[in-house]
Amino acid sequence: MRKLITTLSQLVLPISVMMLLIVINLIKGVDYFNITLVNGALYGNIPNILFGASELVILSIGMTLVTAASQGQDISIGVNATISSAVFVLFVLHAGEVTLLVIVAGFLLSCVAGLVLGAFNGTLVSVFKVQPMVASLILFTGGRSIAFMIDGKLSPILANDISNQIGTVIPGVPIQTPIILTAIFIALVAVLFKTTNLRLYVETVGINPNAARLNGINPKKIIFLTFLIMGVCSAVAGFIAVNKAGRHDSVNQLKLIMMDAILAVAIGGNSLIGGKFSITGSIIGAYTIEMLNRTLLRLEIEPAMIKVFKAVFIIILMVVASPVVRVYFSKTLDRVRTWRLTTTIPKDAMVSTGKKEE
Amino acid sequence: MLSETILEMKGISKSFPGVKALNGVDFKLRKGEIHAVMGENGAGKSTLIKVITGVYEKDSGLITLQGEPIHFKTPQEAQNRGIGTVYQEIMLCPNLTVAENMFIGRSRNPVVNWKQMNNKAAQLLESLGIPASPLQELTSCSLAVQQMIAIARAVDMDCKILILDEPTSSLDEDEVHKLFALMLELKARGVGIIFITHFLEQVYEISDRITVLRNGKLIGEYETSSLSQIELISKMLGNKLEDITKIKKHEPLVSDSTIPVLEGVGLSSAAGVRPFDFTIQKGEVNGFAGLLGSGRSESVRAIFAADKVTSGEIRMNGKRVKIKNPLDAIKQGIGYLPEDRKGDGIIADLSVRDNIILALQVMKGFFKPFSLKQTEAFADEYIRKLNIKTPTPNTPIKSLSGGNQQKVILARWLLTNPEYLILDEPTRGIDVGTKVEIQKLVIKLAEEGMSLTFISSEIGEMLRTCSRLIVMKDREIVGELRGTDLSENDVMTMIAQGGESKCAN
Repeated sequence: MRKLITTLSQLVLPISVMMLLIVINLIKGVDYFNITLVNGALYGNIPNILFGASELVILSIGMTLVTAASQGQDISIGVNATISSAVFVLFVLHAGEVTLLVIVAGFLLSCVAGLVLGAFNGTLVSVFKVQPMVASLILFTGGRSIAFMIDGKLSPILANDISNQIGTVIPGVPIQTPIILTAIFIALVAVLFKTTNLRLYVETVGINPNAARLNGINPKKIIFLTFLIMGVCSAVAGFIAVNKAGRHDSVNQLKLIMMDAILAVAIGGNSLIGGKFSITGSIIGAYTIEMLNRTLLRLEIEPAMIKVFKAVFIIILMVVASPVVRVYFSKTLDRVRTWRLTTTIPKDAMVSTGKKEE
Repeated sequence: MLSETILEMKGISKSFPGVKALNGVDFKLRKGEIHAVMGENGAGKSTLIKVITGVYEKDSGLITLQGEPIHFKTPQEAQNRGIGTVYQEIMLCPNLTVAENMFIGRSRNPVVNWKQMNNKAAQLLESLGIPASPLQELTSCSLAVQQMIAIARAVDMDCKILILDEPTSSLDEDEVHKLFALMLELKARGVGIIFITHFLEQVYEISDRITVLRNGKLIGEYETSSLSQIELISKMLGNKLEDITKIKKHEPLVSDSTIPVLEGVGLSSAAGVRPFDFTIQKGEVNGFAGLLGSGRSESVRAIFAADKVTSGEIRMNGKRVKIKNPLDAIKQGIGYLPEDRKGDGIIADLSVRDNIILALQVMKGFFKPFSLKQTEAFADEYIRKLNIKTPTPNTPIKSLSGGNQQKVILARWLLTNPEYLILDEPTRGIDVGTKVEIQKLVIKLAEEGMSLTFISSEIGEMLRTCSRLIVMKDREIVGELRGTDLSENDVMTMIAQGGESKCAN
C-alpha cells in the first residue's frame, strides 16, 4: 500500500496535467468521452488519442532508459525508426506475395536494423564517451539519406491487406491494431523489468557510475544495453508508423518526434540528467502530449497557432514542476507545519542549516 | 628585512553547522618565506585558506595585511589586494592559449589588445623561467607547466602572497622540482608563499616554517630546521584519546603451515602504487598505516581491482585466481568499502534497501532478481543487526547521516558474506559512537573467521583493531609492525625512518 502511494506521488505531475486537459475538454463539450462503433471498431476522442500516441509511447519508453543510464538524450530515434521501417518496406515489397510470415520476417529484420543503429549510438556513447545528444546527432543529420537510399524511391506504397489491418483495424476486433500492439509492447517491457535487474542496474549507473563499477556493474555495458533497447523501440515505432500511413516517407515520417519523446520523459517526472526513472510516468506523459495536441485541435485553434499554444502550455508546466518552485512550496508547507506545531520552541532553533563544509 | 610580516591572523574562528572548523587560530606570514600549513584532513587547512581569500567570512578574529586590517568578502577582492591562489586542480581553460589563460577576465575593456597581451605574457613567462610560449594552446603543455602558468596568472598584478593548495599532488618528481624552482624564484622576489601539501618530504625540502593545525586548533608554528619529521607527525596526529581503549583486538590462530586466505605477489595498479606483496590469514585483521597520499587506498584498490591492475597475481586459499575487475573480486569473496563514501560508495537517490542488496544482487546476476519479499527480508535483517537508523527501508540513502550511510555500505558487503573484507577509512567523517560500533564489529567479524583489512587515518583506531600494521610512505611499503602492544610512537618512528632510509639510498 505504501509503495502504491510513493508511486502515485511520483506521478502527480503527469496525472494532474491529464486531469486538467480532461476538464478543459469537458468544458468545451460534454461529449468528450463518447465512443462510437464504426464498422465494428471503436472510435472517439479517447481511442484516437491511444491510436495517435502509439509510436510516441514506445519511443518514450526507450528514451526513459537512455536518459536514466547515460544522463543524456538520443535525438536520432525518429530517424532510426524511418531507417528500420525502410528495411521492413524493402523486404515486404521484394517478397512477392505478402503473407503474415513475410510481414513478421520483415518486422524482425527491421528490429535487427534498429539494433544495429542502437549499437552505433551506444558504442559512441559508452566506449568513446561522446555525449548522447552529439553522438545521435550523426544519425539525426544523415539518417534520412540512408533511409532514402534503402527505399529507393521517395515513398514506396505498402498496398496489401495485412499492412492495412496492422495500421487500422483487424475485422472483428473492436480495438484499432496500433493500440493493441502498443499494449503488447508495454506488457513485454513490464515482463523485462520483472525478470531482470534492469531497473536497479540502470538507476545505479545513472546515479553513480563509479560506485556501480565498484559493485561489479559495468557501466559501459549497461549504457550500451539501453541504446540497444532504444533501437528496438525505434524499429517497433517505425513498423507501426509505416503501416498506419500505408507508405514509407523518408522525409517526413516521425519527423521531430524525439522532441515529444524527451518532453514525455520530462512530464513523466523523470530527471533529464539520469538516475531514478519511471516508465509509467513517461507513458502517461506521452499520452498527455497527444491529448494536448488533440485538445488544441478540438478548441479550434488555428493550425498555424497550435505550436505557440503548445509551447506556452509546456512552459507553464515546466515552471510549475521546476525544482525551484517545488522547493519553495515544500518550504512554505514546512513553515506552516512548524508554525502550527511549535509556539514554545525559540525561533532561532528553527533556522535551517544553510552552508555545509565540503 | 626577511622577517617583515605581510599577513597576520589573530584568533580566527569559523564555525559551520555542527563543526567548529577553526578555533582561535593565529597565523603569521613573513615576506619572502615559504610557509607550510600541515594537518590531517579536517584539521582546518582549507578553511584557513578560504578565510584568507574571502571564500568564507570569519566569525571572529583579526586579519591584517601589511599592518592594515582587512576583511575580504569575495575572492576577487583578495586577488585585487595581491593575494593569489592556485588550487590542486588546475582551474584554467584547456582550449585557450597560454596568454589568454593568463589574462582572461583581467580587464574590463571590451576590446582586447592581443599584441600587447601576448607581449606581456611572454615577458612574464620569461622572467619566471616558465618554458611555454604565449600562443601555445594550454593542453599542449605538461601538467607541471600548466600549474606554473596558473601560478604566473596568480602572481601577475603585484602579488604579495601566493597560496598553493596541494599543487604537487598530480605532478611527478621531476615536475615537482621545476615547480620548486619557480617557488624559490618568487621567494627571492619577496613573495610570501603559503604551501599546503600532504607530502612530508616536499615540506622539508622547500619550506622555511611550518604551522600545524589539528581539529581546527593551532598546535604551533615551527622553524622547519628545528622540527624533526617524527615530531611533526605526532603533532599532526595528536594523541586522540577516546574511551574505546577497552576494545580488545583479535589475534589470528595461525601456524607457519597455514595457507593464507589471500596472497598477492607483485601487485601494482594504474593508480601508481609500487609493486607490493600482501598476505592475510583467516581471522586476521591487518591495516595499512601511513599518512594521506602514502598509497594506502591505492594498495587495497589494487587487490580489489578497483583501479586497472597492471601486474601481479593473487592466490586465494592457495589457488591462483584472476581478478581483473571488481566483479571478479566480489565473486572470489572479497568486499571493498571505499574511502570516498559519497563518490564511490552510496547510490544517493536509491533506497536504503536497494543500497543494501546491490552487491549481492549483482553477484547473483542480471537475470535473477530477488523477489521484493526477499530484498525486504535482507534489508530488515541488516538494519536490525547493524542498528541502522532510517525511517523506513525505502528512504533514499542520501537523507541518512554519514555514520548510518556507512553502516548501509557495510551491510551491503556483509550480505555478500565475504571471506575477506577491505574497509578503507570506514570511520572517516562519522560520529564517535558509530566509530566505536564499527571497530567492535570488525573484531567480532574476525572472531567469526572473516579476514579484514582496516584502514584509518586515526592511527589509534588501527592500533586497537589490527594485529598487524603495514606501514606505507610515498606509495611504497616501508615496513611492518605486529604484536599486541604497539604504540603510536612505533608507527610514527617507522614512517619517519622509512623516509630517512630511503633518502640514504
